[in-house]
Amino acid sequence: MSAEEVLIHQNKRPKAPALLTDHDGDRRIGTRKMLNQIAHGLFLLATLVGVVVLAVLLLDIFKMGWKWLNLDFLNSFASRFPAQSGIKAPLWGSLWLIAVTAPLTFIFGVGTAIYLEEYAKKNWFSRLIQLNISNLAGVPSIVFGILGLTLFVRQMKLGQSVLAGALTMTLLILPIVIVAAREAISSVPSSLRQASLAMGATRWQTIYKVVLPYSMPGILTGTILALSRAIGETAPLIMVGAVTFIYFTPGNVFDAFTVLPIQIYTWTGMPKAEFQNLAGAGIIVLLAILLTMNALAIILRNKYQRRNG
Amino acid sequence: MLKKSLQVAGVLILSLSLVVGCSSNNPNASDGKEDGGLSGTIKIDGSSTVYPVSQAVAEEFMKKNPGVNVTVSQSGTGGGFEKWAKKETDLSDASRPIKDEEKKAAEDAGLEPIELPVAYDGITVVVNKENDFVDTLTIDQLKKIWEPKSKVKTWRDVNPEWPDQPIKLYGPGTSSGTFDYFTDEIVGEEGKSRTDFTQSEDDNTLVQGVAGDKNALGYFGFAYYVENKDKLKAVKIDAGKGAVEPTNENIQSGKYAPLSRPIFVYASKQALDKDHIKQFLEFYMTEGKEFVPEVGYIKLTDDKYEENLKTIGVK
Repeated sequence: MSAEEVLIHQNKRPKAPALLTDHDGDRRIGTRKMLNQIAHGLFLLATLVGVVVLAVLLLDIFKMGWKWLNLDFLNSFASRFPAQSGIKAPLWGSLWLIAVTAPLTFIFGVGTAIYLEEYAKKNWFSRLIQLNISNLAGVPSIVFGILGLTLFVRQMKLGQSVLAGALTMTLLILPIVIVAAREAISSVPSSLRQASLAMGATRWQTIYKVVLPYSMPGILTGTILALSRAIGETAPLIMVGAVTFIYFTPGNVFDAFTVLPIQIYTWTGMPKAEFQNLAGAGIIVLLAILLTMNALAIILRNKYQRRNG
Repeated sequence: MLKKSLQVAGVLILSLSLVVGCSSNNPNASDGKEDGGLSGTIKIDGSSTVYPVSQAVAEEFMKKNPGVNVTVSQSGTGGGFEKWAKKETDLSDASRPIKDEEKKAAEDAGLEPIELPVAYDGITVVVNKENDFVDTLTIDQLKKIWEPKSKVKTWRDVNPEWPDQPIKLYGPGTSSGTFDYFTDEIVGEEGKSRTDFTQSEDDNTLVQGVAGDKNALGYFGFAYYVENKDKLKAVKIDAGKGAVEPTNENIQSGKYAPLSRPIFVYASKQALDKDHIKQFLEFYMTEGKEFVPEVGYIKLTDDKYEENLKTIGVK
């Protein structure tokens, strides 16, 4: 930290209390100020570590993949020749998966949250449910893959289909959505609820007209961020039977599919160096989708916050 | 206000499904009845070692037969056999012959396994380009280096004429088929190896490791050596009959023993009853075999492919 900066910081500090005017007090102020500087530096360093690593990573990926990124890349199927390879199948597969997962998680997630926050009595049963949801959020994703394989693929005989994959993903991110939606719903001031009930509204009318609109930004943000996690998952989908090489895009939810992370993973393991670059290009596309989804979450939140505020 | 938010959510979902709806221009489903009207799906799963070969063959087969959808996955040899015995797949890629219990599981499910070797895979032992003293290693030397609790720390521990420099080891991770195979052939027991070496499931990491470390010794699939010949030096292997270099010819003729092995595709009698699967396998053994070198493996001799054709009942 430069001398000027130190000065600025010192100027910002409130003057020492009048009581401590002796020599001893001066020294204590000096130590405290120094500690403050150290803390400032340490926290800045901690912030920079993350940012720098991310910057290096992005730079590396863009250097690798940028040249390979074009329309042909988006519109071709995988091939054993790097130059002819593309991500059409995994790109559409990922979009299909998210398109089926999104409504499922939204309905189940928000439904559970409303039940727990608005209807459920605070007894041992609802506490048990809450405990289990928190535990589910910590279960490794591969376990959901095994569950999906046994339950959806084999028992419900959905086969290695988009639907089986989407249901597995729904289970995987449901805890996150429930927790986010509950937080959003519980942040609604109870005065609003009571006002609505006092007007003679039923509980459902209150939820529908007051609670949900107020908490929608939080719910949507949570859902979209959870979906961003789903779009980056690999292991459970491999378990469920998402294929690696496929020469067509899904036509309905019962078709076989692959997703972007699986394709990227496959390419990084190939002997030919060009495939590493393809993987880089694939990562850029995946990042673009993720950032778009996050941006959407922010836009939605801002939009509703302004209206509510 | 909720109406608005529901609208937004609805529009989001709708637009997603629209986007997805546009993608359903499944080319194979629509014009499937060309080229002799061959149609259907073929699901292949199994070893990631065999995956590049099956993928290449599938790619070319689908260009000729747009009515057939072939999907290839890589859940490992064992995982592939499991799905195969549950009739979730049609063909199974394997980097080793089927085990008795896997065969029994298939037979219990009413499948009659048919083994088809499709290519050779070699394991290459490599050192750094700058290493000028190691040219050949015997099986005994390799065993001494890699066995559990190995006392080899420097090159001199392997051969007294070699310099007293530390030896840095690189090898595949324990879940890799290459690891199983190497330990089985060299150490004498599958899965037994010293553990103090740099492990990676990603062979490219091993390539980079050996290429960047003057004292390195590593082993991985032949395909990765072929793609990185300029950065690495392959070690000749002496199994008692003189030093043998890992080359296409030596692997194909079986001279590069014991570090080369056949890789397989497993079919069943029941699968062969389906015309499109039979034709796919015929394509695999005729035109398909030409793609084997392209993806870094070594072709079998022609008579082996002829034998395969007889097995599937084409000739």
